[in-house]
Amino acid sequence: MNENLFNYILQQADNCLILGQRLGEWCGHGPVLEQDIAMTNIALDLIGQSRMLYQYAAEVQDEGKSEDDLAYLRDAWDFKNVLLVEQTNGDFAKTILRQFLFDSFNCPFYEKLKDSNDERLAAIAEKSHKEALYHLKWSSDWVLRLGDGTEESHERIQNALEELWSYSEEIVNPSEADDDAKEKGYGVDLDAIKSERTDKIKEVLEEATLAVPEGTYNHSGGKEGKHTEYLGYILADLQFLQRAYPGNEW
Amino acid sequence: MVIDQDHISQLLEEVTDPEIPVISIRDLGILRDIKIENDQIEIVITPTYSGCPAMLEIEKNINNTLKKNGIENFKIATVLSPAWTTDWMSEEGKQKLKDYGIAPPNPTGESDIQCPNCGSYNTILVSQFGSTACKSLFKCEDCLEPFDYFKCH
Repeated sequence: MNENLFNYILQQADNCLILGQRLGEWCGHGPVLEQDIAMTNIALDLIGQSRMLYQYAAEVQDEGKSEDDLAYLRDAWDFKNVLLVEQTNGDFAKTILRQFLFDSFNCPFYEKLKDSNDERLAAIAEKSHKEALYHLKWSSDWVLRLGDGTEESHERIQNALEELWSYSEEIVNPSEADDDAKEKGYGVDLDAIKSERTDKIKEVLEEATLAVPEGTYNHSGGKEGKHTEYLGYILADLQFLQRAYPGNEW
Repeated sequence: MVIDQDHISQLLEEVTDPEIPVISIRDLGILRDIKIENDQIEIVITPTYSGCPAMLEIEKNINNTLKKNGIENFKIATVLSPAWTTDWMSEEGKQKLKDYGIAPPNPTGESDIQCPNCGSYNTILVSQFGSTACKSLFKCEDCLEPFDYFKCH
């Protein structure tokens, strides 16, 4: 098995699955009906993207496993998602900011992945990029609306920014799989995304009258399977059915 | 009976989108190709959105429709590239959407969406995300009815 390719696919698949699961927690609890639907729609897109990626990862793994095995039967230390996506929903402002930090990566990531020399990854990227564009528009709009909104909405999203800022960079810092993907041409050069992403983030935060935090410390470890305590709880929810009733199908 | 593309295509005309039962998968652009090689038939479909829950249902319906008509030697393949776009929706399909109360995709943008109920262009976007992944929610400022708009994608 091509271990680096496998891990590379999992990194993105796990990001999409875990963030999709987090957004799904909002179902029925959104601040207004339209935004409740927006969050679950985005969750659906992300879980759809993770399925395409897991299907491919299972083929690369070549051990007769399926997308379901990868989603439901791996443990926390096998997951390669970045720490940002597993952070708790908090209030609506924190969910929006987490989404914006992710979308500002996801959009250029898929755009560049369309040029992958791996046809399958390029096809998945082509499909997913259109969706990611829409997500970025939604989350940017909401960062603006909350930041440049009322005193309370401003304070809440500024707090979210302080809380999540140290989780922002990990996604553009290369792992071993990222380096291999760049070198062999099946993946994306993260350095090329980094500056574009930073510019986009700064531009939106500035327009939203938010202050960029001064801290430069960055959490990391997700891509190597070292997670915050939250991931275990997410998996307990997500994997319950398959763990309790192995092999159960709809 | 000759099994050719036209025949299969005609049979599949009854397979519709389960969320929008007035529009067939051909009208919607989901049905990409019908390949026939040495009596082996391949139906090629593509998802509208990657998480579209209707895809499984659509595959099942293709399966049932063909079997019901005595066709057994086929398989269904899903392709992702080129990615589905609303440009593939037929003119007939767009008209059917409109008659059903859904504003069809508008390539010139979201600022001039026509209300499918009263025909007014005085409409506003309520939410980018509607009842399904492929639609946004709009409201008509003249007749005051809310309506779905099929996003240009």
